Amino acid sequence: MNPVSKRRREFLGTAATIAGAMIAPGVFLYDYAHGKAPGEAASGKVRWGMLIDTTKCASGCRDCVDACNQENGLPGTTRPTDSQWIRKVDLKDLKTGKAISAPVMCQHCADPPCVDVCPTGASFKRADGIVLVDRHTCIGCRYCMMACPYKARSFVHEPTTGQKPDVPRGKGCVESCTLCVHKVDRGGTPSCVEACAAAGHHAIVFGDLNDPQSEISKRVRAVATTQLRADLRTDNGVRYQGI
Amino acid sequence: MRAAGILRAAIVATLLLSGSAMGPVASAAGPALDPPRSGPCVEDPKLMRRSHMEFLRHDRDDTVRRGIRPVKHSLAACVDCHANAKDGQVLGSEQHFCQGCHSYAAVKPDCFGCHASTARPATTASAGAAGSLR
Repeated sequence: MNPVSKRRREFLGTAATIAGAMIAPGVFLYDYAHGKAPGEAASGKVRWGMLIDTTKCASGCRDCVDACNQENGLPGTTRPTDSQWIRKVDLKDLKTGKAISAPVMCQHCADPPCVDVCPTGASFKRADGIVLVDRHTCIGCRYCMMACPYKARSFVHEPTTGQKPDVPRGKGCVESCTLCVHKVDRGGTPSCVEACAAAGHHAIVFGDLNDPQSEISKRVRAVATTQLRADLRTDNGVRYQGI
Repeated sequence: MRAAGILRAAIVATLLLSGSAMGPVASAAGPALDPPRSGPCVEDPKLMRRSHMEFLRHDRDDTVRRGIRPVKHSLAACVDCHANAKDGQVLGSEQHFCQGCHSYAAVKPDCFGCHASTARPATTASAGAAGSLR
């Protein structure tokens, strides 16, 4: 389909949707999911995402990283081969001297390169936009680690002990940030978000990007946000403010 | 390969269900296990002995890929209920639930290479009379 007719179709589709949502002149009927009932499958109406405000993120603060390690039963050690689901990255513009600090984790792309290259189908994107590894299927080939532009995935090299009941982890599999899917499915929010709020920084907002009323949607509408490596067009669920 | 597995499962199930004393150690009643933590199972025990691995395999995909929590047959919920009352474990000795029965049946579960073999604290695990549905 040529781009012009594609745009035209999209416009007509949108117009039809808006017309359909208007049950009377000026009265709109919104149908957006806010989380899901227990036992319900993840739905494509929701797209979970995060907004990270680098102006509020404190350099040297590792509360999100520690909370992630605690929640997911990661050892938290930092040898080159150890698992790391969140990294704190400090950047400095040498020309202006402006320094920023931000956590970088799996960006939960809408078009994830890891899923593209996975030979077994273990890397997959859930209907609600969360990108996961199905460890029952993963063979540990690490193609996804090569493909990921964000260095977000880790390989488990050694036998693991002390796993959390909700977060199985095992030797020979690749793993990465899950957006604390076990909590989100039960109506919670990721641990890094809670830890950042508890520390008083409130640098991470978590929510449904598809719900125009959610806090994250309002913020993304109101301020300029950036996707890391937007040139790759992976359409990340994690966005950054102040980069 | 698959046929052999089915045959072996059938033999094991027959041994377990018929209660025939085959081995020198195995008693007719099956493995001697310590009492578990809570009440009745989510399925009939006879059905569970034969098919628990099929239930788990089906419901794990529902949870991992479709995000359905709780599912009826979740490994974490099995562990919550069947954990040993003393130490909250399903592995560790021939009296622990999973290890005791699997070594009796001479099969090796590989769930616990990745999954926790410890019950969740009672605050998160709702072990009720109908069995936990988490």
